[in-house]
Amino acid sequence: MNATPEVQTETLTLDGEEVSFHEGETIYEISQRAGREVPTLCYDERLEAFGACRLCVVELEGTRNPVASCTTTAEAGMVVHTSTETIEKHRRTLLELVASENPDATIDPLRGFASQELNELLCKHDVQPGRFQGQLSGTSNNDDNPFILRDYDHCISCYRCVRVCAEQEGDYAITMMNRGFDKQITAEFNNRLKDSACTFCGQCVQTCPTGALGDRKAMRAESLPGKLEKTRSVCPYCGVGCQVDLLSKEDRLVGIQPAMDGPANEGALCIKGQFAFDFVQHDDRLTKPLVRGDDGELHEVDWNTALDRAAEGFRKVLEEHGRYAVYGIASGRAPNEAAYTMQKFIRAGFGTNQIDNCSRA
Amino acid sequence: MSNPLADMDKPDVFFCIGTNMTECHPVAATRIKKALKRGAKMIVADPRKIPLAGMADLHLPLRVGSDVALLLGMAHVIARDGLTDNSFIADRTKGGDEFLEHLKPFSPEWAAGITGLNPADIEQAARLYGRADRGAIYYTLGITEHICGVDNVQSLCNLALMTGNLGREGTGINPMRGQNNIQGAGDSGAVPANFPGFQPVNDPDCQKKFSKFYGREIDPVKGITKVTALNECGKSIHAMIINGENTVVSDPDRAHCQHALESLDHLVLIDIFRTETAELADIVLPATAWGETDGVCVNTERRVQRLRQAVPPQGEAKPDWWIVSQISQRLGIPGFEYESAKDVFNEVCGLSPIYAGLDWDRIENAEYQWPVPEIDHPGTPILHEGEFKNGRGLFSLVNYRDPAEVVDDDYPVWLTTGRRLQAYHTHTQTGRSAGIDYLLSEESLEVHPDDLTALHLTDGGFANLTSRRGTVKIRVRASDQSPPGTVFCSFSFNDVPVNILTGSGYDPITETAELKVCAVRVEPVEE
Ligand code: SF4
Ligand code: SF4
Ligand code: FES
Repeated sequence: MNATPEVQTETLTLDGEEVSFHEGETIYEISQRAGREVPTLCYDERLEAFGACRLCVVELEGTRNPVASCTTTAEAGMVVHTSTETIEKHRRTLLELVASENPDATIDPLRGFASQELNELLCKHDVQPGRFQGQLSGTSNNDDNPFILRDYDHCISCYRCVRVCAEQEGDYAITMMNRGFDKQITAEFNNRLKDSACTFCGQCVQTCPTGALGDRKAMRAESLPGKLEKTRSVCPYCGVGCQVDLLSKEDRLVGIQPAMDGPANEGALCIKGQFAFDFVQHDDRLTKPLVRGDDGELHEVDWNTALDRAAEGFRKVLEEHGRYAVYGIASGRAPNEAAYTMQKFIRAGFGTNQIDNCSRA
Repeated sequence: MSNPLADMDKPDVFFCIGTNMTECHPVAATRIKKALKRGAKMIVADPRKIPLAGMADLHLPLRVGSDVALLLGMAHVIARDGLTDNSFIADRTKGGDEFLEHLKPFSPEWAAGITGLNPADIEQAARLYGRADRGAIYYTLGITEHICGVDNVQSLCNLALMTGNLGREGTGINPMRGQNNIQGAGDSGAVPANFPGFQPVNDPDCQKKFSKFYGREIDPVKGITKVTALNECGKSIHAMIINGENTVVSDPDRAHCQHALESLDHLVLIDIFRTETAELADIVLPATAWGETDGVCVNTERRVQRLRQAVPPQGEAKPDWWIVSQISQRLGIPGFEYESAKDVFNEVCGLSPIYAGLDWDRIENAEYQWPVPEIDHPGTPILHEGEFKNGRGLFSLVNYRDPAEVVDDDYPVWLTTGRRLQAYHTHTQTGRSAGIDYLLSEESLEVHPDDLTALHLTDGGFANLTSRRGTVKIRVRASDQSPPGTVFCSFSFNDVPVNILTGSGYDPITETAELKVCAVRVEPVEE
């Protein structure tokens, strides 16, 4: 919206093709733009490049070793090869190493937005787990919170969760403990998230590329039949207007994922938008019109009866007390169409402006 | 908001007042955190030591309800020290001279006497904001929910106008809306003073346009506000239709509100749950919930976005627009033959200059922030860029007034209310979402540790909280978030109906209730 297109003056050579770029762009970003498939694991475009997994390496003429494209800023005249035999072999070895340290398990996409990244890469590069028969790199954690599963056997130490928490949320609720093979993601004091600075925004879950962190609420639906569908919408709580994808299986609403391209949130959500969705299919929902009977109680009736009674009541008050006696209060929670029809009901129906909304928020 | 959310990366000084942003608008707060890391400065004015205050360069813990005094004091310093943007004042505003004259008596020492702040801190705040290249103001209900809510907002406008912090990137006056579509409800005309698109009902052209379109003469005079309407129940108001609002729990002075609704001849409620308010209704009509219907909502930065249906409605629930249309048709009101939300929204676009360039299909990707006056217009992320809607920005000569209720011997403690991160509004939705109670299972009253002894309370014990309107029993929690002499709780739990206590007064212009302040007595009580 405010982004004026940068003047692209400089060029470099990408797989034999001349490509222009603007200052500050990385080789990875340029490759993406040019439609190259460069695999990544520790990369999340919202975070500062980290250069940990080295899967994104490319060959840069004039340097001896391949360079990580996500952390290398482009310079004019560079000659880059994104896919050579050496590079592909290198990537494969890295993936085999990662695979060997992780249990061979299918990760349900309900675990999180990025949860399929590792498995998809393994599949694409036809890597079988288990070539390096090492010990498992992590342990599961006993945290009884109802939102975030911590299944560290799947952790590959990409630091995305730690970085999203620090860089995006500014919360620093999680850190990396120990070094080398015993590395493990942990909350402050290696304790429950509840006792840490964690606000349960779920961002770590959504960026984890392996499903080591999982959305416990969505995972309740793993065994439900049906295909997982995503529907783009907007969070129903505050006025920030974060965009979300509603996850559903057949008729059930089973979870929420942030829209990475939502203009207001750019992939972020808070606990309410992320986890407070299941009121929709709660047993307490009103499912039938209710009308108060002579006994003073509300009784279920069919729509026609209820609507007739609703209209009749307004007609009676209009006759007895005149058109100013009818008042409408619209909702700040319902869509525009609700507020619009409410005000039209009052204005077109009674010729007054006896309408307001609940401006209290 | 005058400026887009994406602009929150750009200010060099934030002035946040009356907004507990990390809990109420968490995702917006993450943008501030990033800007701070980049080196931006932040002033936070709030009686409580809210998390945002912990990140601030300067926290001003002013006494509840004393915002106008602080803002006058700051304006005084800005004027006195020559930090005004004189060319902006000359080119774009009106009433500047009178305003600068008006400020003379309001020294920081005067402001300190009312706010309880240190005069040096008021000076520092004024200089920080006054010297900013891009100073941006953010506020929420802590500013509007007072008897002087309008004065508060006008005082903020004065500050922005005198320093030229409007109409540019990274500046502005930015109210954060509390509800997902409170902006859209106003846009759509659900207010007593305006037709859709903020077209005044007393503007003869607008009145003619709508009278013609709706096929009947519409009064050229404003309707009464909701607050007045509730006072008039059983007197001049005898029937109401209420859409999805748990009025009894969310509104101030609960006893009054309940009595008002009971005295109606006819109350029709459209909602998704059988709320406390539903128990008073004659007819309760089940509406589709979020996720079950298509529609449009407008966020706090005026971005027009689509809501989409993902699952079928529960039971026989129907969209709100359908329900209202059915009642209207039964009363013979013309123009309610809609077949979809799309039909309704496109009608709004045709009638509202701010949406004139939009329709259902064009908002598919949520790129537009209104006003969008014509097709091919790119939308308006920043308001007031070239000029103000009415020509020049007007300074207001605001004076400080005490809250409707001040502490005294009988009610010696200030109570202020708000929201918590995990619970939303009257908790009808968050309370029915699995897991939330793991983090927040009951409401409690925040009391400063120093006050515990003075009030003979125990941390974890119970207290009776009494105002002139009623008593509520609540668990006590020691916390230094609230300053000594002020207690805090939220209104989200029905078993702690805090709004029994509030409602001491209303802003005379907007009739917004003074929910943020009332005077109470706190006494220990057995569990
Ligand atoms: S938990 Fe997931 S995101 Fe965090 S370091 Fe491990 S693999 Fe990466
Ligand atoms: S996710 Fe949180 S910040 Fe975003 S709109 Fe929902 S409630 Fe507001
Ligand atoms: S994606 Fe570049 S090093 Fe991991």
